[in-house]
Amino acid sequence: MRTLVLLLLLSFSLSFATVLAQQPEQQPPKQTDEFVPISQLPAQDQLPAAPLLVTAYAFVWVVLFAYVVSVSRRLTRVQHEVERLESDIAKRA
Amino acid sequence: MPKWFVPLAAVTALMFAASPFLIANAPYEATMGLVQKIFYYHLPSAWVFLLSAIVCGIASARFLFGGSPRQDRLAYAAAELTVLFGAIVLVTGPLWARKAWGVWWQWDVRLTSSLMGWMVAWAYLLVRKYGGPGSDKLAAGLALFGMANVPFVYISVNYWRTIHPATSVVPTLPVDMGVALWFAVACFLLLFVLLLRLRVYLEEQRARLDTLYLSLDE
Repeated sequence: MRTLVLLLLLSFSLSFATVLAQQPEQQPPKQTDEFVPISQLPAQDQLPAAPLLVTAYAFVWVVLFAYVVSVSRRLTRVQHEVERLESDIAKRA
Repeated sequence: MPKWFVPLAAVTALMFAASPFLIANAPYEATMGLVQKIFYYHLPSAWVFLLSAIVCGIASARFLFGGSPRQDRLAYAAAELTVLFGAIVLVTGPLWARKAWGVWWQWDVRLTSSLMGWMVAWAYLLVRKYGGPGSDKLAAGLALFGMANVPFVYISVNYWRTIHPATSVVPTLPVDMGVALWFAVACFLLLFVLLLRLRVYLEEQRARLDTLYLSLDE
C-alpha cells in the first residue's frame, strides 16, 4: 500500500513538473509604435504613477536650476579673479 | 555676453513656466496613462543630449584638425551639457519605465547605447580635468566616439528588438499631444543655446585669466 502511494505521488510530481516545464515563457511587453490618447485616466492608474511623474519633473527642474547656479558661481569667481589681476597689472604699469 | 542673452533667457523661463500647463492639458495615453506625461520632458532632453554630443564631436574634430582654441572651448562646454541632459534622460526614463514596463532598467540597445554615450561624455570631462598636458586633444578624440554613437542611439529602436517606443511615435502623435511636445522641445532647445553660450563664456573668461597670469609672470 505504501509503495502504491509513493508511486502515485511520484507520478503526480513528474506530471506536475512536466506541465510546469511546458508552460510558455513569459513574453516581454511588445514595443510601442504609437501613442493612443484617451479622454479619461483609468482610476487605478492615478495614484501609483503620480509619485513617479512628480519625481521626474522635480528632478529636471532641480538639476537645471542647480546647474545654472553652479555655472553662475564659477563665472563670478573667475570674473573677480580677472578684475583683481587687471588691477594688479595696472598698478605695476 | 551678447545682447540677445537676457531677453532670450526671460522668454525661455516663461516658456518653461508655461510648459506644465500644456502638458497637464494633453490627453492621457491609452495604455500607460498618467506616467506617459514624463515623455514631454524625457524626449526633448534626449534630443538635446544627442545634439550636444554632436556639437561636442564637430567642435572637437575642428579643434583636432584646425587647432582653434575657440572650438576647444565650445567642445568642452557641449561635453558638460551632454552630461547634464544625459543625466536627465537616464533618470526620467527609468521613472517612466518602472510604471510602463514594470522594471527600472532594461539592458536593451537604446538604453545601453544612451548610457554609453553619457559615459563617453563623462570620460571627456574627466580626461580634461585630470589628464594633464595634452589632455585636450585626447578628450577631443573621445568626443568623436561620442558623436559616432549618436546615430546608433537614434536608430537602435527601429532595427533591434526592444521594448522602448519606436521613433514612429513622434510623427503619429495626435495634435493635442504634439503641441505639448513641440513646445517642450522649443523650451529645451532654447535652454541648450543659452547654457551653451553661458558655458562658453565661462571658458572664455578662464582663457582670459590664463593670459593675464602669463602677462603677470613676464
